[in-house]
Order: sequence, then C-alpha cells, then structure tokens
Amino acid sequence: MREHVTQAAYLAASLLFIVGLRSLSSPAKARRGMQQAAMGMLLAIVGTLVQQEIVRYEWIAVGMIVGSIIGAAMAIYMPMTAMPQRIAVSHSLGAVAATLVGVIEYNLHSTDVTRGKMIALGFEVLFGALTVTGSLMAFGKLQEVLPTRPITYRFQNFFNLMLFAIAIVLFGWLIYDASNPFVFYTMLGLGALLGVLMVLPIGGADMPVVLSLLNSYAGLASAATGFALNNNVLIIAGALDGTSGFLLSMLMSKAMNRSFANVLFGAFGAAPEGGGTGTSVAGLTVRSLSAEDAAAQIVYARTLVVVPGYGMAVAQAQREVRELADIVTKKGGDVKYAIHPVAGRMPGHMNVLLAEADVPYEQMYDMDSINDQFERTDVALVVGANDVVNPAARNDRGSPIYGMPILNVDRAKSVIVLKRSMNPGFAGIENELFYRPQTSMVFGDARTTLKQLVQAAKEL
Amino acid sequence: MTATEYIQLYVFMLAGVVGYQVISRVPPLLHTPLMSATNAISGISLVGSLVAAGSDHGTISTILGGIAVTAATINVVGGFMITDRMLKMFKRETRKS
Repeated sequence: MREHVTQAAYLAASLLFIVGLRSLSSPAKARRGMQQAAMGMLLAIVGTLVQQEIVRYEWIAVGMIVGSIIGAAMAIYMPMTAMPQRIAVSHSLGAVAATLVGVIEYNLHSTDVTRGKMIALGFEVLFGALTVTGSLMAFGKLQEVLPTRPITYRFQNFFNLMLFAIAIVLFGWLIYDASNPFVFYTMLGLGALLGVLMVLPIGGADMPVVLSLLNSYAGLASAATGFALNNNVLIIAGALDGTSGFLLSMLMSKAMNRSFANVLFGAFGAAPEGGGTGTSVAGLTVRSLSAEDAAAQIVYARTLVVVPGYGMAVAQAQREVRELADIVTKKGGDVKYAIHPVAGRMPGHMNVLLAEADVPYEQMYDMDSINDQFERTDVALVVGANDVVNPAARNDRGSPIYGMPILNVDRAKSVIVLKRSMNPGFAGIENELFYRPQTSMVFGDARTTLKQLVQAAKEL
Repeated sequence: MTATEYIQLYVFMLAGVVGYQVISRVPPLLHTPLMSATNAISGISLVGSLVAAGSDHGTISTILGGIAVTAATINVVGGFMITDRMLKMFKRETRKS
C-alpha cells in the first residue's frame, strides 16, 4: 500500500514539474505554474517520508529545518543583483546532495553492485563532484573573491584532458570491478579537481555559458541518482534540468558566436595581443557630453531605446534608469529596452534587474525583436554595455568578436554612452562605436551619472 | 542490462525530449527565473537524500545523508521562494486612468 502512495505522489510530482516549466512560457501564467510545481515537490517529499525504509527521522528533521531556514533566508534577503552568485551556490548544493547520495550508495553496495548501477553511480559522483567545485569557482569569480579574468598557463588544456582521461579509466575500472574504494574516491577527487580547473580559465563575461553548463551538469547528476536508486521522478526532474541547462548554454554560445569548445578551452580575453587587432582608433576622438546636454537630448527624444549591460548591474543603476525613462514617457516619448542574450552574468540577468525596478515587461525587447527598430530610434542610451554593441562584430574580420550578433545601436540617429572610462570592454578590444560622429559619451559611474541626468531632466 | 534499466533509459530520453520542447518556448525574458526554477526542481534529489538519511545504515550514512538533506532542502525551499519573488516582479504596464 505504502509503495502505491509513494509512486502516485511521484507520478503527480513529475507531471506538475512539467506543467510548472510549461507555464514559464508566459510571464502572466508563470507564477501560478511554479506554485503548482512546488506542490508537486511537497507531494514527492511526503510520498518519500511514508516509505517503509525510512525508520529514523531525527537527522531528516534537523536537515529539513536547517535547510528551510537557510533557503528561506537566502530567498528573502538576497538582493537581485546577487542572483548569479545565488544560482552558482545552488548548483553547488544540488550537486553536493547528489554526490553524497552516490557515496552512501557506493559504501553500502561496493561489493554487490551491478554493472548498470555502478555506471549510474559513476556518472553521479563524477558530474556531481565536478559541479560542486566548478560552481564554487564560478561563485568566487562572480563575487570577485577570485580574480575574474581568465587564469591560464602552458599546456592547460592538455593537462586537463589528461586528468579527464585518468578519471575515465578509473570509471572503467570501477565498472569492471567496483570493490576497490580507493579507485572510487580517487575518481571522485579527480572530478572535483576538474571542476576547479575547468572554470579557472573562464572569464567573467563567459559566465552565462558556464552557469548554464553547470546547471546542465547538476541536472545530469540528479538524473544519474535516479538511475542508481531506481527512482523515476529523479530521472525526470534531472532530465528536465539537464536539458534546460544544455539549451541555455547553446543559446548563450550562439549569442556570442562561439562554440561550446571555444568557451571551455578558448580562454576568451586572455590574450588580446593575439586577436585584439581590432579597428585602429588612433587619431580618432570621442565627443564627451555634459549631463545637462545629454539630459536635454534624451528628454526630447520621441523614441528612446535603453541598452543595459553588466555596467548597469555593477553600478546598481536600474532604478535611476527607470526614473529617467519615466520622465521621457511623461514628455510623450516612447521607451524600449534592448536586451542582448549575454548582457550581464547569467541568462536573463538584465530582465530581472529591470523588472525589480518596476519596468513593465512589455518594454523589454530581445535582440531579434528590437534590432530593426534602431533605424527609427532618436536616441539609443547605452548603460554599461560594450562588446554587445561593438560594430566590429559585424565589420571587422580580424576582431575576436567578429560574427557575434550585436544590437544595432550604431544605426540609431544618435547614441549616448554612459561609461566609467575609456577602458576597453571585457574582450579587451576597442569599440569604434564610441568614435562615431553620432555618438557622445558621458563619463562616470553609471548611477551617479544617471542621477545627474534625472536631476537635469526634471528641470527641463 | 536489465529490463528496468532499459525502461529507465526510455524515461530519461522521453523526459529530455519533453524538457527540450517545453523549455525552448520559454522567452529570454524569463531565463533567470527558468534557471532558478529548474534548480528548485532538481532539488528533488532531496528524495534520495531522505532515504539515505532515514534508513539506518550506520552512522556515516546517516550523517552524510543529513548533510545531503540540508543541501537539497536549501535548494527546494530557497529555489521555489526566490523564483516566486522574481516572477512577482514581472509586471504589465499599468494603465493610468
């Protein structure tokens, strides 16, 4: 009887998870759908707790209470600007759970494990360990406790591939003969080491791809847990998570016109001396504008397109952006936001920040839907974005970002760029957009500048 | 491979296909909530952790299981809550009357 209750709960949970994810195709339905998915999770948990195998509840109770408090506190107090870090941490925690379950299962069954189960356990701890440390590295880079620039050394890829090959050999050994715990733990250790080494050469701007990829690995580790425990709801949830992460990393790589392999092994931005020929900007000058003049230009624009980038997130300037946009709207102007898929540090980063600042989502446009509107745009306001608006991606075959789809900001009638200084962007290449005749620059911290712009605009 | 293992592979494959279909319809607007939602859902590994922590297979298993339960619960509770907090922020244009 109990078994039927459990299985019914799992079946319902699987369906509700899919319903929940399906609801994310529209922001109007998303909230309700996700609440249904949360109900599914509750069902699955209750369905598990009634199982006969479970005889001790004290550790379960402690774990669930402590976990709920920490989880809820993180969800309530974490600022939205820290979302990428939070995502990295939760990939890591999910993988910790999967890996530990794998270790426990191995300890119990190392002498009588079937080949099929050993394969599942191997994937579980390999993907799991790799995700645990890889996500912590990503967290460190996002939080800037670790250097955000790529860390490279000679024979890096060769060294990593050797370690990977050793891990695979150990995996093969375990499938052949699972009884030696030393082999198992060495493989686990190598997985953890590979997680660190894999993220080491990846720079800040490539984080959207890496976070998506780790999302996928965390899902695959969960699915492998399902295979090992013969539990279908784990397999289904893991597969959903795995495909989601995989799909997002494909989209992100495409938005940078780079292959997976290139992101993982390319160490973008590491060697500007090699690829950074770029457009020569020697002899060109930029036009710098005062806040008052910029405000006048923006306020009297009939069509304004705001292009936010990571700089906006760093300066936490999203509210000031909206205030300025409100003034333009009041004067009868039309405001839109153009969001590049890899703007920021994770997929959809800019959308969440703008939504937090009460920008209605109808005003947020993705690249494909806004790109042919720039020609009819009076003012394009670039807030802390650089490489995603660099025309070199379109024109300059020698540029490292050549071929990357960009926002057609250079086709707007006039462009105002808010930028901290003339330092080149992450990719370490010059941006000729800044030197175009229709472009003016306002230098300074984005938030301070925007405050001045709002002030000046109010007085107009 | 046993018959069960084959069925598991089928389940995995079909769930992957369904996931691909469902998730490719999620607009870029909601990609961050999508990530935190799938994170919360993959907190389902809690189910495995619960069995490990509660089956009385010795102290080490129980303690490791307890840690796994804690980690997975953080993801489940925190993941669903923060997804909801984010989705709540996505608002339509308010018509001024």
